[in-house]
Amino acid sequence: MFDDFFIRALFAGIGVAFVTGPLGCFVVWRRLSYFGDTLAHSALLGVTIAFSLEFNIALSVFISSSVIALFLIQLQKKTNLPGDALLGLLAHSSLAVGLVAIGFLSFIRFDIMGLLFGDILAVNVNDLLIIWIGGAFILLVLKLIWKPLFASTVNYELAEAEGLNPDRAKAIFTLLMAAIIAISIKMIGLLLITGMLIIPAAFARNISDSPKGMVIFSIIGGLLSVFIGLFSSLNFNTPSGPSIIMAALILFIISLFKIKQSIKLKN
Amino acid sequence: MRTEENILVKLKNAGIKQNDKWLVKGVSLEVEKGKIVTLIGPNGSGKSTTAKIALGIYKEFEGTVEKFTNKIGYVPQKISIDWTLPLRVADFMVLTDDLNKGDINEALALTGVDHLIDKNLGNLSGGEFQRVLLARAISRKPELLVLDEPVQGVDFTGEIALYQLIKKISEKLNCGILLISHDLHTVMSATDHVVCLNGHVCCSGSPIDVAKDKEYKALFGEQASQTLSIYEHKHDHVHSDDGDIKQKN
Repeated sequence: MFDDFFIRALFAGIGVAFVTGPLGCFVVWRRLSYFGDTLAHSALLGVTIAFSLEFNIALSVFISSSVIALFLIQLQKKTNLPGDALLGLLAHSSLAVGLVAIGFLSFIRFDIMGLLFGDILAVNVNDLLIIWIGGAFILLVLKLIWKPLFASTVNYELAEAEGLNPDRAKAIFTLLMAAIIAISIKMIGLLLITGMLIIPAAFARNISDSPKGMVIFSIIGGLLSVFIGLFSSLNFNTPSGPSIIMAALILFIISLFKIKQSIKLKN
Repeated sequence: MRTEENILVKLKNAGIKQNDKWLVKGVSLEVEKGKIVTLIGPNGSGKSTTAKIALGIYKEFEGTVEKFTNKIGYVPQKISIDWTLPLRVADFMVLTDDLNKGDINEALALTGVDHLIDKNLGNLSGGEFQRVLLARAISRKPELLVLDEPVQGVDFTGEIALYQLIKKISEKLNCGILLISHDLHTVMSATDHVVCLNGHVCCSGSPIDVAKDKEYKALFGEQASQTLSIYEHKHDHVHSDDGDIKQKN
């Protein structure tokens, strides 16, 4: 059944959407979209390391993104620069370092477009296993830290005062972000992963009125985007990542009509 | 009554220094089970900071804090829920704890907002929101309640009713309450001990003693302590047979 590349891509996409749905909600709630971008850009470095050392790509990306996240936390403590400047600094310099490193590895053939924008042809059975097992693990951990993470998203001091240890939840969440980027990079591409996190969540926000509802709609939005995106990618021979993100954008635009209605009702 | 086992939280010479400036310093106080300690003082006098030290929100501070309970309910002074987070009252009530429906409804009914349970938090008025915050804090049946200006934005009659409710809760749950307020006269009937702050402890004691203290008068003006005595008089009148009075003269 997994012999067909399209079926493989479809199952990979479904696995990714189940994880990006809930994580994406937190990215939107906690205003971490630029942070997600930074981690994703640093993934290129992880990919080059994986190629040059013949190491597993997902694991390598996970490690490099986690290191960048830790580095960011250190920078925030040491400097007085605002957070977005630090994020920009890390995002672009790690992208640059990754591209320079690729230049040095001229003996390996790189599909840069595939790395940046995703390539459904590249998804093999091994990747599927990583997505589904890794994804299940991410969701399980997210469920375990849900309470402190969510409470501190609403109000950090409340969570801290009532003994929920929000700092630990935040650190674990950062690792989960690195993990989702690691497992979805082949599918969506590193320039567009944050889109897969944010756009379905934004779509969900427009049509839901509770946190759990938003998570469920975010997963549904992600799944629909994967289906529509992959089918059009197959039909029109477009790259998979941008097609999925475009499908998500169309869903988001449709969801805008729904908020207009509900605002009208309230007045 | 004053036994060591009853102490829930104890601050000794606590203070916080930020960029070589003391936000608040040398605060010593203790909250016991069933007692209400009120922190008063002008804006920027370190009331909220003191409460946050007691709660363990600040990790680096001077002095010592001993906490003897982990069941804490907290009403922060400021909390803003932005639009990106769809949050109903029902979701907010279970923010830090899993509660059953009965407990949630009971707490909301006590503060008079049980009809709002399905409303979005962003659509509540200031006063309604304060009542929900208070309901959430008490619904966990805490041993220590820390209330930072819990009735801001609540209308005057509601304010008095809520303070009476807070008093009732402290008796019913036998919990200690650390209350922050900027006006002594509305909280005084409920308070056992008052600490008047202005970057440091100006004076402390029973509400009457504090109102008569010249440092308190210097901070809040002669007017304030007169208002207080007028109010106190009114108060004696209303509750003339609840047995509390002999304590107050």
